[in-house]
Amino acid sequence: MADQAHAQVETLALREQFDTPEQQKETSTLGMWIFLITEVMFFGGLFLVYTIYRNVYPTVFGRASTSLNATIGAVNTAVLLCSSFTMVLAVRSAQLGKRKALVIFLILTMLLGLMFLGVKAYEWNEKFVEHHVPGTHFHFEGVAEQGPAQLFFSLYFAMTGLHALHMVVGVGILSWLLYHAVRGRFTAEYMTPVDIAGLYWHFVDIIWIFLFPLLYLIDRHMNLP
Amino acid sequence: MTLPLLPERASNFAPDVDHLMYYLVGVSAFFIVLIFAAIFYFAIRYRRRSEHDLPEPIHASLALEIAWSVIPFGLTMIMFAWGANIFFKESRPPKDAMQVYVVAKQWMWKIQHMEGQREINELHIPVGRPVKLTMTSEDAIHSFFVPAFRTKQDVVPGRYSTTWFTATKPGKYHLFCAEYCGTKHSGMTGWVYAMEPQDYQAWLSGGRAFGSLAENGEKLFQELACGNCHKADGSGRCPSLVGLYGRDVLLADGRSITADEAYLRESILRPDAKIVAGFQPLMPTFQGLVTEEGVLQLIEYIKSLSPRPAIGAGTTPAEINVNPGAATPAPTNP
Amino acid sequence: MNTAAIEERETYLNAGYGLKSWLLTKDHKRIAILYLITVTFFFFIGGIFASLIRIELLTPQGDLVSSDTYNKLFTMHGITMIFFFLIPSIPATLGNFFLPMMIGARDLAFPRINLLSWYLLVIGGLFAIFAMLAGGVDTGWTFYTPYSTTYSNTWVIATAIGIFVSGFSSILTGLNFIVTVHRMRAPGMTWFRMPLFVWSQYATAIIQVLGTPVIAVTLLLVFCERAFHIGIFDPALGGDPVLFQHMFWFYSHPAVYIMVLPGMGVVSELISVYSRKPVFGYHFVAFSSIAIAVIGFLVWGHHLFVSTQSVYAGLVFSFLSYCVAIPSAVKVFNWTATLYKGSISFATPMLYAFGFIGLFTIGGLTGLFVASLGFDVHVTDTYFVIAHFHYVMVGGTIMAYMGGLHYWWPKMTGRLYPEGWAKLSAAIIFVGFNLTFFPQFILGYLGMPRRYHFYPPEFQVLHVLSTAGASVLAVGYLLPAIYLFWSLRYGEVAGANPWGATGLEWKTQSPPPVHNFDEIPVVTHEAYDYSTVVGEVIEVG
Repeated sequence: MADQAHAQVETLALREQFDTPEQQKETSTLGMWIFLITEVMFFGGLFLVYTIYRNVYPTVFGRASTSLNATIGAVNTAVLLCSSFTMVLAVRSAQLGKRKALVIFLILTMLLGLMFLGVKAYEWNEKFVEHHVPGTHFHFEGVAEQGPAQLFFSLYFAMTGLHALHMVVGVGILSWLLYHAVRGRFTAEYMTPVDIAGLYWHFVDIIWIFLFPLLYLIDRHMNLP
Repeated sequence: MTLPLLPERASNFAPDVDHLMYYLVGVSAFFIVLIFAAIFYFAIRYRRRSEHDLPEPIHASLALEIAWSVIPFGLTMIMFAWGANIFFKESRPPKDAMQVYVVAKQWMWKIQHMEGQREINELHIPVGRPVKLTMTSEDAIHSFFVPAFRTKQDVVPGRYSTTWFTATKPGKYHLFCAEYCGTKHSGMTGWVYAMEPQDYQAWLSGGRAFGSLAENGEKLFQELACGNCHKADGSGRCPSLVGLYGRDVLLADGRSITADEAYLRESILRPDAKIVAGFQPLMPTFQGLVTEEGVLQLIEYIKSLSPRPAIGAGTTPAEINVNPGAATPAPTNP
Repeated sequence: MNTAAIEERETYLNAGYGLKSWLLTKDHKRIAILYLITVTFFFFIGGIFASLIRIELLTPQGDLVSSDTYNKLFTMHGITMIFFFLIPSIPATLGNFFLPMMIGARDLAFPRINLLSWYLLVIGGLFAIFAMLAGGVDTGWTFYTPYSTTYSNTWVIATAIGIFVSGFSSILTGLNFIVTVHRMRAPGMTWFRMPLFVWSQYATAIIQVLGTPVIAVTLLLVFCERAFHIGIFDPALGGDPVLFQHMFWFYSHPAVYIMVLPGMGVVSELISVYSRKPVFGYHFVAFSSIAIAVIGFLVWGHHLFVSTQSVYAGLVFSFLSYCVAIPSAVKVFNWTATLYKGSISFATPMLYAFGFIGLFTIGGLTGLFVASLGFDVHVTDTYFVIAHFHYVMVGGTIMAYMGGLHYWWPKMTGRLYPEGWAKLSAAIIFVGFNLTFFPQFILGYLGMPRRYHFYPPEFQVLHVLSTAGASVLAVGYLLPAIYLFWSLRYGEVAGANPWGATGLEWKTQSPPPVHNFDEIPVVTHEAYDYSTVVGEVIEVG
């Protein structure tokens, strides 16, 4: 009853349900792409709510958006773009089998990710101090109706919060990758986890690329008081 | 114990909806019999005779696939068009429909006639006259459902929704709340009383003591000092409301909209939402200072300031004294 | 085949004993059994709620329980049945077990994610059970705002978390299935040689992956609104209560296709094997599954016809709702045509397949009723809708599930169920079901609203008929629970292919070995080629 197809020992690069390492790599990659599609649908719900309410309350959204610090937002955007760049370099290093380079670029990516989260925490604290956090203590000056302003900030926190949560998970994934990279588990033949983690990281970056203008830059050209 | 099978027909829509139902039942019965009979027949005729049976594979027939896609599609398009036609009519109340206001709250229906009559969980209407209900909720979503009329409309907080019907038979008909709204959802029921026109007029005259909606609205307008800014001659800081209802209004952002009930309600509760061109956003919100019924009273008062109300005209006190024997306006053919 | 031989042979059931070997398994077959136990548990919980509802409705007065309790009963019945029974049922039990085998794979693409899916369902279920035990939730399974966000005083958040977590179970299962079908097919298993069950699971997986995240984020917003009063759906703060309905139904309508498509896939298998003929119009049936999945995403507004949605939106959604009906009709016609000149067996699974076709036809046709705008205005939110969806979900999906369970029981367990009791149960279920739900069409057209604890007395006779049916139906479901369990020990031992079926799962032993196949098969035949099983002994039917 010896299972001929299972003469091979299961390895990281060739788990027992697969026939060849190529099949495993293609399967893992397809899996990550489909997962990212589900993430698009998940964030998409929030983008839909944003679109609808911005359409209904354009002025208030404009004013509320202007109260966010666009410079800090832009800095954070640059930080994330750099982190995507270092991630690409990490993937490239793995493809070339360069362990040290892989480790360095993973660390850099993580640091940039943590920097983004730190800046975000600072921004959120600012919002807390200014009473722009939705709830009983919410107050936004300059508009008579607080409801739509609160809606904007609810969306701000929900969307940046969900994004930040994904960043935290991303940093977690990177530390797991780092752990294995240091131990030499990734080679030019087997670097799929680095590859698909890269896909995830870029996706989280792209979400921010949409969030930044939609939340920070509404009506900026109008120089509202 | 009774076993009713079909509801009474008591509105202009009921026969239409019932006829559509007969078509739907007919088509369905046809296909149910067809499929059941085919299965029965094939199952028996071709029952397995031996465990060595090996039937000839029959794979496909494009002609059959097309036929049994296209023909059902055609039948369903009739269902679509017929239902859509009824729906269109239901969404267009006649211009001369009698206006009644409904405010729903957990767990009761508060009904307000223009002339001042107020009802709780009951709606008296005349037979043969289109009635348009303008409705809102004070809390959760409710739904105004009269099975005998075949009409139903959700009643949503924060906005007005409308429904209309013409009662065709005097009688007493169930009114149900049809959108789950909490503990006493099942108890949020009542009756619609469709009455002969003269009986309706008689019933209506019992409500004069409340004052008409417009009269109450005028009182509220004065109590809330709206006239300090909204001067009738237009000399105030805010637009005059005379002749406003039904007119097009130019807004500060360039849009032009019609001043209907929804616009008036929004302007009272959320005045910053739409600023009239040439005016400043000075008006404070009256959210919390005025109930939904108060809003309806103010709206009716503002409507009374227009020379000839354009949308959903109701009877004014003057018209009630019409000779009971005189012909009432013929019901608009839906 | 004797018992001693079975006990010696290694199967997925005896390869490793003990709780750990089950709770940490990567074997899709064991995970399927874990799911089977879990969903059966939730089915009976939901069934208890249903029984209490039907008993209360025997009399017009609300005299069994209080209104608040009744409102919790129908809410929890809906939530349990939909999220914790119907959605996982066929995909996570029969799909998990057989999809890899049917395409000649050793397992799913991601076995550990498969196990995670099961844990997520259990965790979600625990949140829901906690909510039920702590006092229940009374918003209706539809959670309409602002009632659920502002006015309800029940365990909304805990329940929402439970559904949120179980949603990820569904998403991951869908993801696993899609990737498996794309990448793990055996040599020669082309797309158009796959069994139709696989096609329907694939279509279902697409819906799971695209739709479920939307309800996840919607429930997240309900959570935030309820916990932090932020005003997304609250009109007093500028929010829109109908926006919730759009977002909710954007998932929940496709969800009903998650529930019915796998059932249709099962029926395709059953009709074929018990007629000994390929399914007529294989390509049309395969593509109809995809069509239902795609068009199913475009019809959600038919739940909003009287919600203050615009007339024009209503027209579009009504039209598209008729479009989505056509592929289902195509399936019914093709199944019926498969019987023509076949060799028809009346084994229990086939009886369930016939039951499905009959009851799904009725249920699906009444879908045409409610898709018609003018008609729906009258019957929406009444018992007519309740009857419609129970016909398709219970008369449809659950019948198919029972059929599939009986069909594949010998393969999963190595035992045959007792055919006499099984046929009797199928008949009892069919009769009980119709008696329960047909009167509800009449009740609905008469105007009896749904979610009513007490009602006007003229509706009583129909309610009594319905409750009588429900008691018969309950017996019909209890019997299989008993005899299937009994058969695990005392049932006749089954061979590899007791039905003379085609399909790769029948080419391996019953129960299958851990790695499914001793050698990965190379596929050279079309699906449903019965000439390849001519020598097989048909043991039952």
